[in-house]
Amino acid sequence: MMAGKNGKVKVAFFDFACCEGCQLTVIDSLQTHLDLLEAVEIVNFREASSEQRQDYQIAFIEGSITRKQDEERLRRIREQADILVALGACAHTAGINALKNLKPLDEVRRYVYGEHADWYDTYPARPVSAVVQVDAFIPGCPIDREEFVEVVKALLVGKKPPIPDYPVCVECKLKGNVCVFHVGKVCMGPVTRAGCGAICPTYGDGCEGCRGIIPNPNENAMEEVLDEAGLTLDEIMDRFTMFNAYRELEAEE
Amino acid sequence: MSGKKIEVHHVTRVEGHGNIVVDIKNGEIKECRFEVVEAPRFFEAFVRGRPYYELSHITSRICGICAVGHATTSLRATEKAFSVELSEQAWLLRKLNFHGEMIDSHVLHTYYLVAPDFFGVHSVIPLVETHREVVERALRIKKLSGDLCAMIGGRHTHPIALTVGGFTHTPTERELREIQERLIAARADMDVTVDLFATLPWPEFERETEYVSLHKDDEYAFIDGTIVTSDGFSYPIEDYKKVTNEHCVPFSTAKWTKHNRDSYMVGALARLNNNFDQLHPRAKEAAKKLGLKPLVTNPFLNTAAQVVEMVHCVEDSIRIIDELLTRGIKPEEPPVVEVKAGEGVGACEVPRGVLFHHYVYDEEGRCTEANCIIPTNQNMANLNADMQALVPQILDRPQEEIRHLLEMLVRAYDPCISCSTHFLTVEFV
Repeated sequence: MMAGKNGKVKVAFFDFACCEGCQLTVIDSLQTHLDLLEAVEIVNFREASSEQRQDYQIAFIEGSITRKQDEERLRRIREQADILVALGACAHTAGINALKNLKPLDEVRRYVYGEHADWYDTYPARPVSAVVQVDAFIPGCPIDREEFVEVVKALLVGKKPPIPDYPVCVECKLKGNVCVFHVGKVCMGPVTRAGCGAICPTYGDGCEGCRGIIPNPNENAMEEVLDEAGLTLDEIMDRFTMFNAYRELEAEE
Repeated sequence: MSGKKIEVHHVTRVEGHGNIVVDIKNGEIKECRFEVVEAPRFFEAFVRGRPYYELSHITSRICGICAVGHATTSLRATEKAFSVELSEQAWLLRKLNFHGEMIDSHVLHTYYLVAPDFFGVHSVIPLVETHREVVERALRIKKLSGDLCAMIGGRHTHPIALTVGGFTHTPTERELREIQERLIAARADMDVTVDLFATLPWPEFERETEYVSLHKDDEYAFIDGTIVTSDGFSYPIEDYKKVTNEHCVPFSTAKWTKHNRDSYMVGALARLNNNFDQLHPRAKEAAKKLGLKPLVTNPFLNTAAQVVEMVHCVEDSIRIIDELLTRGIKPEEPPVVEVKAGEGVGACEVPRGVLFHHYVYDEEGRCTEANCIIPTNQNMANLNADMQALVPQILDRPQEEIRHLLEMLVRAYDPCISCSTHFLTVEFV
């Protein structure tokens, strides 16, 4: 990738339907990695800067696509960017936004905006990759600060970003955590992509699946485990849909 | 005089997407408003049907900045619905976690989003070269508050260990002592911060409005309390709709609210106006240096009020940790939740003002109705009223200056627009 005259690669951040927590995590990564600014120049970051240039090479996209008008904006960004990165669960898998997709859209709009529902444009939440080609992704809700830094470093030297394909259980065992199933809790760790350091089980809660399902998961075995843990079918679906409703609905079709 | 048209699409250095539209012809204001154009996300609609233990984890995802605020308010609503009581230790940790987020959000707003306006730069990044000590101080305070939150909840944005009735993880005595030492050391950073913001030339503008906040008799209210207003009204939390009176406006995905006047203000300035006496003595000193004495009616000073609250939260965090250490911190199992059909309202003063979550649950503990009323929405009508009062006073200035002042006004409210687009009209039966 061509660096600018100042020797820096130009990067930009954009957001769609999201909480902007991943961009905040990016800002927080500067607490420990202020030197990042020696390698990249941030030319567009609405949340943090009023400078808005369009000559970026790497675009980070936070958020899900939920409106026709979002698609046009996203395509313009895709045209400009050499590398487009889905930043966080909403962009990567449609994340929590896709819970909306489990209900009839019109009813959802009416519930929130009542008689004025027609004023507000929306369609079922989609990940960025459903609209444009995505070159790399950083999973999680929110993203992991260190993983973000590692991905940026890899992109700058033209390497494949180091995103694991193995499940959270691997990291959880390495940490020496007691399996949360053994203390009567429920966990999506066996089928969820690692890279978070098994942070939820480490803090006493089961994995919510925010980093997406690993390639080739053994879902039948997972359902058996959840069944053995005494979950009803509804409760098993809760676990599989909290962050992965978009995937579940796609699989049904 | 010729016409001026100002359109700022997607105001920068705020959280979420909002536009400023001003149209002036022959000295007459044709249009003047702040629009919210953020994509709606429909949280209230899609949490229906979800089990009670997921609610705080789902709704924290409304906002990356005030995730602890949403999680805590959500938990209070659920805890009230099922009559769950918290232990003394759990209360202290909830309050400490809340202080951490308050400092984190306020340092983000004051240093990263507002200060660049006064240094004449686009963002905090050029200050790394020119005012490195300012940036390093901001990063230090931000890291401290983030670490404080992470010590309790596992991470600041989207906390893990906060659960119905308490926590799934407990910090150690050593962690508490270490963070307390850093808080004590941060007093010096707070002093310099107060001095810095005391020198800033705040725009001159006064418009009195109704200030709405929570109030508690025994402390500066952040979690629970009663709703009070500077016009002399007082309501129990459950009556929040008597205050908010939400209504739709066509150019905004955020609903507006009004109470005794056409608009009201929530946030740090409203809290400072209503609860000034309960601030920590050091915070009162800071208020004096910053020239804040109730009733403060310049909305630009909301940022200064946030500086005062940072000082308060640092001091109260030091005190809470003392109390936790004196009592002796120990892991506690949260109480067993007895699920039943019912409803509950949670209310907290999150960084941008009072937040309400209201849920109805069925006998299996699944949510059947949900309503969240966010501070930024409650401020929308007031921000528009301020814009309409300010523009005639600055009409003769160059267009670029008008535009900049209006952007600064929007920023002073610290709008959290991602948060603000979740509303509801249905009445609960």
